[in-house]
Amino acid sequence: MENIICACGHSNPYGTKLCEKCGRPLTEEEKQNKVADMRYDGSAIRSKTYNKTIIDKIWNFFSSVKVGIALIIITLVTASVGTILPQEIYVNAPETGKAAYYEQVYGWFGKLYNALGLSNLYSTWWFQILVGMLAVSIIVASLDRGIPLHKSLKNQRIKRHASFMKRQRIVAEGRVADAEETLNKVEEKMKALHYNVRRDGNALLAERGRFARYGPYINHVGLIIFLAGVMLRLLPGFYVDETLWIREGETRAIPGMEGYFIKNNDFILEVHDNKPQGEQVKQGVNVVAKNFQTDVTLYKQPDGALPGDLDNLEKIKDYSIRVNHPLKENGFALYQMNYRLNELKEMRFELVDKATETPLGEVAIDLTNPKKEYDLGNGSSVKILVYTPDFDGFENGEPRTKTSVPNNPAFLFKMTTPSTPEGEVSFVEIMKPPLEPLGENQYRMKFAGAETRDTANFTIRKDRTIPILFVGGMIFMLGVVIGSYWNHRRLWLQVGPNGQVLMAAFVNKNMFSMKKDLDAVTTFAHLPAYIDQLEQAEDNEKEGDHTL
Amino acid sequence: MEKKQKRLVVRTIILIVLAMAIGYTVYGTATQKKVELIAVGSEAPDFTLVDLNGEKHKLSDYKGQGVFLNFWGTWCPPCEKEMPAMNRQYQVFKDQGVQTLAVNIAQTDLEVQDFVDRYKLTFPVVIDKTKSVMTAYNVDNLPATVLIDPDGKVVKIITGEMTEGNIASFMELVKPQ
Repeated sequence: MENIICACGHSNPYGTKLCEKCGRPLTEEEKQNKVADMRYDGSAIRSKTYNKTIIDKIWNFFSSVKVGIALIIITLVTASVGTILPQEIYVNAPETGKAAYYEQVYGWFGKLYNALGLSNLYSTWWFQILVGMLAVSIIVASLDRGIPLHKSLKNQRIKRHASFMKRQRIVAEGRVADAEETLNKVEEKMKALHYNVRRDGNALLAERGRFARYGPYINHVGLIIFLAGVMLRLLPGFYVDETLWIREGETRAIPGMEGYFIKNNDFILEVHDNKPQGEQVKQGVNVVAKNFQTDVTLYKQPDGALPGDLDNLEKIKDYSIRVNHPLKENGFALYQMNYRLNELKEMRFELVDKATETPLGEVAIDLTNPKKEYDLGNGSSVKILVYTPDFDGFENGEPRTKTSVPNNPAFLFKMTTPSTPEGEVSFVEIMKPPLEPLGENQYRMKFAGAETRDTANFTIRKDRTIPILFVGGMIFMLGVVIGSYWNHRRLWLQVGPNGQVLMAAFVNKNMFSMKKDLDAVTTFAHLPAYIDQLEQAEDNEKEGDHTL
Repeated sequence: MEKKQKRLVVRTIILIVLAMAIGYTVYGTATQKKVELIAVGSEAPDFTLVDLNGEKHKLSDYKGQGVFLNFWGTWCPPCEKEMPAMNRQYQVFKDQGVQTLAVNIAQTDLEVQDFVDRYKLTFPVVIDKTKSVMTAYNVDNLPATVLIDPDGKVVKIITGEMTEGNIASFMELVKPQ
């Protein structure tokens, strides 16, 4: 791949369309064009330079705008397919029943959707690779075009070859009386119009808003920062999203928040006590919630303490977690998410004579910490032989519990009284008559009441990537604004020794603004009238040619 | 041609870095979802818990011995099933330097004591009242067993029920040489 030597003697990299120095067209195709292709200012796109090793081939693949657009379209289409049905994480079904859920609710389509993995689309490997390829395409394509463009804009010559100027969209040719005066006047006017003016002998270059050409690249940088931020969520310490159920009175280690413990002191649910009216009646809503609140105490272990070591817990603060008022600590936030009311906490029983209902005393069993034996004082006592918090039938004669939660507490009691010193055994389950496995009893445990407690559900969240996402988003927007609301305008002027004038102008978008400036300078400096070569060629040419 | 060499090197580096970033993202997402305990080969997180007799058990105190660490609850039938076998194997291996430690997940003392009495368990049973050890070991489903070698490294993680043969071979695995 040879360099191209221009007629002016400058050596250009392979693929250059317009000589970097003088602006002469270098390719046959470019020579045919009546108006020069000013995209990337005629510089060589780097990928086009050579195509030898496998690395270069991969590079060139990603450098292609066609490939980039194809990737964007594929990503858009697949991402939108993922919105047809709700994603798995938003489906309200147990982990194991999710497949069945899709079939039940959405029929064969749901089954297919789930089977194809579309119900978990955004975390599939292929979707991530797709987004990754898009990122590679953005980076490679920007490097390949941005660097040559930057070099070419930075090293602009003031004097360009006539063939370059004549092939600009706006061209003016004619004669003026005084070369020096014309150049001076143009310089004065263009400076007044906030152009940067440079002169080289009888040539002049006025330029304004060059930074607008960098808009798309700034935009891409923002996009890449944003994607990198999303990726950082996978690194440990950057992103935490956990949940915790905690009952009133309990102290729990906070998942994802090492060394921190939280105690649920009280859960409060307040409702509006208004008479149902309007929409409320229409929708059959009896009560409207006013406040969900959990009063908590946050504790921290001393530095270096081990998990499970509850000595010397240091109290950090008391706080009332309400909806939209999370508890914030050390970059973490605990949000009030959900609740469950009225789980059994304490059960009270009376020991009574079955025949006479004469009470011998009461026991209050704290279900979070039941005692082995309760002494009633008058020579009577009650012993808990077995406690099952969530009774689920017998197995080999032993009562079984389904969970560790007191949903359906059952007790095997041994009741000892002065008249039954041997003790009587009774199996007591809520709402059921007691079982007497060892024969007819004289006494029974009579249900006397219960205390309940509530359970609060928190989400624990930490997201260190938000500032990165924010910066990325802002840079992205900045790039869009720069690229959209500013434009790069240039005016070249050369005056020959006999007063022959050659003028050309370029704008990457918004030709109207350029023409306004041209009209002003033409009138001021008495320049020959310019022509718009594109408008001549095609009367209905649209405004702007979105040159990068 | 030095310039082309340099360009090739730069391109190779950029593509490798990007490929690694994508690879890490895919790998990270794939492993994130799985319910994985702590990693095999890594240091077992140290902890201290209190057993039914009020005695403290600190994992690092067992350095030099293999540790058979079992997470369980009375409501979990496979946990219950493997307990008698664990008890028997504990008797076999305790004099060969393998300690058994059963961590109950936040149940009441009464239930745990009752269970221990019923199965006449001889190894120490500690209760993780705040679920902090469970969180540190990322235990999600019971039973879960972590085998720790005499150096304090995780050798193997077993989720689900074990047979007595399994238990014996696992204890053999972490036996000090």
